Amino acid sequence: MDAQYRASHLKDLEAEAIYVMREVVAQFERPVLLFSGGKDSIVMVHLARKAFFPASIPFPLMHVDTGHNFAETIEFRDAMVEKLGVKLYIASVQEAIDKGRVVEETGPEASRNGLQIVPLLDAIQEHQFDAAFGGGRRDEEKARAKERFFSHRDRFGQWDPKNQRPELWKLYNGHKDVGENFRVFPLSNWTEMDVWQYIALEDIEIPNLYFAHEREVFVRRGTILALTDFMSVLPGEEVQKRTIRFRTIGDATCTGAVLSSASSMEEIIQEVAAARETERGGRHDDQRSEAAMEDRKKQGYF
Amino acid sequence: MNETNGTLTAADAQPSVGNAYLEMDLLRFTTAGSVDDGKSTLIGRLLYDSKAIFEDQLEAIEQASLNRGEEGINLALLTDGLRAEREQGITIDVAYRYFATPKRKFIIADTPGHVQYTRNMVTGASTADLAVVLIDARHGVLTQSRRHGFIASLLRIPHVVVAVNKMDLVEYAEDVFSAIEREYTAFSAKLDIHDITFIPVSALNGDNVVDRSAHMDWYHGPTFLHHLEHVNIASDRNLIDFRFPVQTVVRPNQNFRGYAGTIASGLIRPGEPVMALPSGKTSRIKEITTFDGVLDAAGADQPVVLTIEDEIDISRGDMLVRPGNIPQVNNEISAMVCWMSEEPLDRNRHYVMQHTTREVKAFVDKVVYRVDVDSLHRMEADTLQLNEIGRVQLTTAQPLYFDPYRTNQETGAFILVDPFSHNTVAAGMIRGTTRTAEEVSEKAAAFSRKAFEAARKELHSPDVVWEGLNIPRAEREAANGHEAAVVWFTGLSGSGKTTIARVLERRLFDAGIRSMLLDGDYVRHGLCGDLGFSASDRAENIRRVGETARLFFEQGSVVLCTFVSPYQEDRNRVRALVPEGRFVEVFVDVDLETAKGRDPKGLYARADVGEIANLTGVSAPYEAPTNPEVILETAGASVDEAVDTLWQALVAAEIIVG
Ligand SMILES: Nc1nc2c(ncn2[C@@H]2O[C@H](COP(=O)(O)OP(=O)(O)O)[C@@H](O)[C@H]2O)c(=O)[nH]1
Repeated sequence: MDAQYRASHLKDLEAEAIYVMREVVAQFERPVLLFSGGKDSIVMVHLARKAFFPASIPFPLMHVDTGHNFAETIEFRDAMVEKLGVKLYIASVQEAIDKGRVVEETGPEASRNGLQIVPLLDAIQEHQFDAAFGGGRRDEEKARAKERFFSHRDRFGQWDPKNQRPELWKLYNGHKDVGENFRVFPLSNWTEMDVWQYIALEDIEIPNLYFAHEREVFVRRGTILALTDFMSVLPGEEVQKRTIRFRTIGDATCTGAVLSSASSMEEIIQEVAAARETERGGRHDDQRSEAAMEDRKKQGYF
Repeated sequence: MNETNGTLTAADAQPSVGNAYLEMDLLRFTTAGSVDDGKSTLIGRLLYDSKAIFEDQLEAIEQASLNRGEEGINLALLTDGLRAEREQGITIDVAYRYFATPKRKFIIADTPGHVQYTRNMVTGASTADLAVVLIDARHGVLTQSRRHGFIASLLRIPHVVVAVNKMDLVEYAEDVFSAIEREYTAFSAKLDIHDITFIPVSALNGDNVVDRSAHMDWYHGPTFLHHLEHVNIASDRNLIDFRFPVQTVVRPNQNFRGYAGTIASGLIRPGEPVMALPSGKTSRIKEITTFDGVLDAAGADQPVVLTIEDEIDISRGDMLVRPGNIPQVNNEISAMVCWMSEEPLDRNRHYVMQHTTREVKAFVDKVVYRVDVDSLHRMEADTLQLNEIGRVQLTTAQPLYFDPYRTNQETGAFILVDPFSHNTVAAGMIRGTTRTAEEVSEKAAAFSRKAFEAARKELHSPDVVWEGLNIPRAEREAANGHEAAVVWFTGLSGSGKTTIARVLERRLFDAGIRSMLLDGDYVRHGLCGDLGFSASDRAENIRRVGETARLFFEQGSVVLCTFVSPYQEDRNRVRALVPEGRFVEVFVDVDLETAKGRDPKGLYARADVGEIANLTGVSAPYEAPTNPEVILETAGASVDEAVDTLWQALVAAEIIVG
């Protein structure tokens, strides 16, 4: 047999993620994959293709759209969906604002990140999804270190850190009451480095935002932010053209860029290896409080 | 960070260029330690020295350390998670941590070590290749150090590392370390631990964690990280017994029906024969399909889609195995379980068992004993409370196909789920079926042991009288001029068992040897007329026949028994009823095609048109004997040749005189 098989940690992680995805399809009726347009969700889509090959991906994707996207993200998303022939649902934050379901933050530092929760939960309920794949990784954040692969959410989409089911061996418990659902994290055991290495190994296409490019940016509280239509520059902030790239892609108003000339996968991997900052460090709103993530998870954030 | 202390660490060789990372493999390990042993510091040190801590996290920790009024950085803060725990200042759940060196990626399942967190330790241990047991050098081997060893052994973690920490506080003294090593080695000899390594460290100062200590030149073993990087885990997998639990069926179009799953153990190649459980139907592997192309072979841990040559009905929860190597099939099992729920085990209600990719209803019939995890003593118990570990007997609504956990973790592990709260309430490790001689019922086992001992003694000294029988067998044997024996023919229907046995019996009779032939079809009409062909009915059938054979045996006869008897377990039980050397298991070996061609009773034909379910070899499994006294291959041989072979075997066993 392929002697190299076990030799690679990436194959091991891949096998684990594929196992988890197949379990979800077997145990749940209406799974959905939460697609953000970022590299983690792109890797998940790739794994889903592998898991069910030669069949196509047996569940739809859903994008929680803050309305503050980089144009490149949307282009990439639409091309991918078309190529794979999967169904894409969009849960719109703008719509939720218009309907008065959520109230937009105001001020120059307003972020729509926190506003994703309500449209996400609304969409889960509307479409009766009973399991939603998220690209969350345990290495991203302290609060995630104890997250399960199968994360149970009550009727209100809430996560109870005190009442999590133990997860043993490969035996994932997806039992639930009607109306409850699960968030499932196939990439739990991956690190940022693993994700990049895997993208290189498998030659997975990713948006060009991840590669070094020139862009108009400004610096706010130590974070390099892209100049977009959704943000106003404050007095004292200077817009400059710099060569940057993104290590993570999310809401354009709060996703920080890094100065970089890494324009190939190999260069990105080298850069990640040498990096002195975790990728979420570039996410402006996580720094608000040490327990910010935990608070949001309890409310049903990814 | 490396620049600041000027030492060379693993981080400097971080996989960064080219394809170096393709050579890395993955080690999952668990750490258990009690509060203040320095577990968090040790992990923090590993993460720090291997550069898995990024600067922003480091700043956050510095900030948090300052907020708590501590000086400098507290490495332990890295491994602490949820807010409640942060407030209490202790870790409660299982937290997962990651770091990598150029050799390996590591996943740490970090668990608290107190007895009230036994369930967390068991959870962390369930996926671990290696366990780190932390011992504070000042305190030596404590109860909890033993408990951690016990859990590692229970969950059969292949490798154990005992890190003797805080060596700086005992002046890096060799004798302190050696005394701990001696004591713990003596203790672990009582457990099922095969690979154990002791390493003296100071997590706080970094001695022997990543870099060699300058203070302990008496220590010549590897550093902690070096050991983690080099311990050989490739051979821990079971590559022998092919087991493929089907996760889901992949059916993109009418022409393709594939079974998706991860190979639990063993290896498989296209063209090789497979049997589907529970149906017992056989076919061959057509193709091993993956996104990356078809494979020539696939082995343990590989996710694949298998297609087979014939259309047989297979769905999630079924298992593909090799026809000559099938797992045990039974609905009465004995297992060690760790109870994980606040609500104690209740024997009056059912649970949902998740085992491989299957779900079955299960009842706990009996708690055999509870293990005191600190003293390792067995205590009487009739229930198990949260965090308690014990031996139980369960009955499942449908038979399980399993291997003992010790030979195959993938097919030997299960969880129990509460059908109302849906919580996972127990983790279980199967020991075997309760139908083994050891455990049937304590009484029956004691009885057959006693009979066995008595018979054996009697062999050596013919004067010993076995109470209970008016005329002892030895007397009868002496009068008969030959010994008694049970000759057990097993094999598929149509293999030739009855034909051969009938000719043999005639020859024995002609030679003046007392004999009796018990044939499956006879007993099915009378003695066992109430039984069907399910695994449990088959077991009961064989049990009755075994007891009957034994009566004739005690009466001095050579008893010939011809029964399909597909399960090794059942045959072994009969074997246990008679003294060693007096049970002759005869495997009448024939391939299914030949047997079908003969079809003396028309069973195969009827099975083909669906009139018979559970026909051995077709729709029910057959376990070939692992160690029969005689193998008769009947496809090429004549009946007389077979009878000759048997005759010689009976002579060689000194049952009859030639
Ligand atoms: N002197 C010394 N102190 C240590 C060592 N390892 C840990 N400690 C200290 O022991 C205390 C408990 O350590 P911690 O890692 O929080 O223990 P945990 O509860 O097992 O995670 C802390 O004050 C550490 O600084 C060591 O090797 N030497």
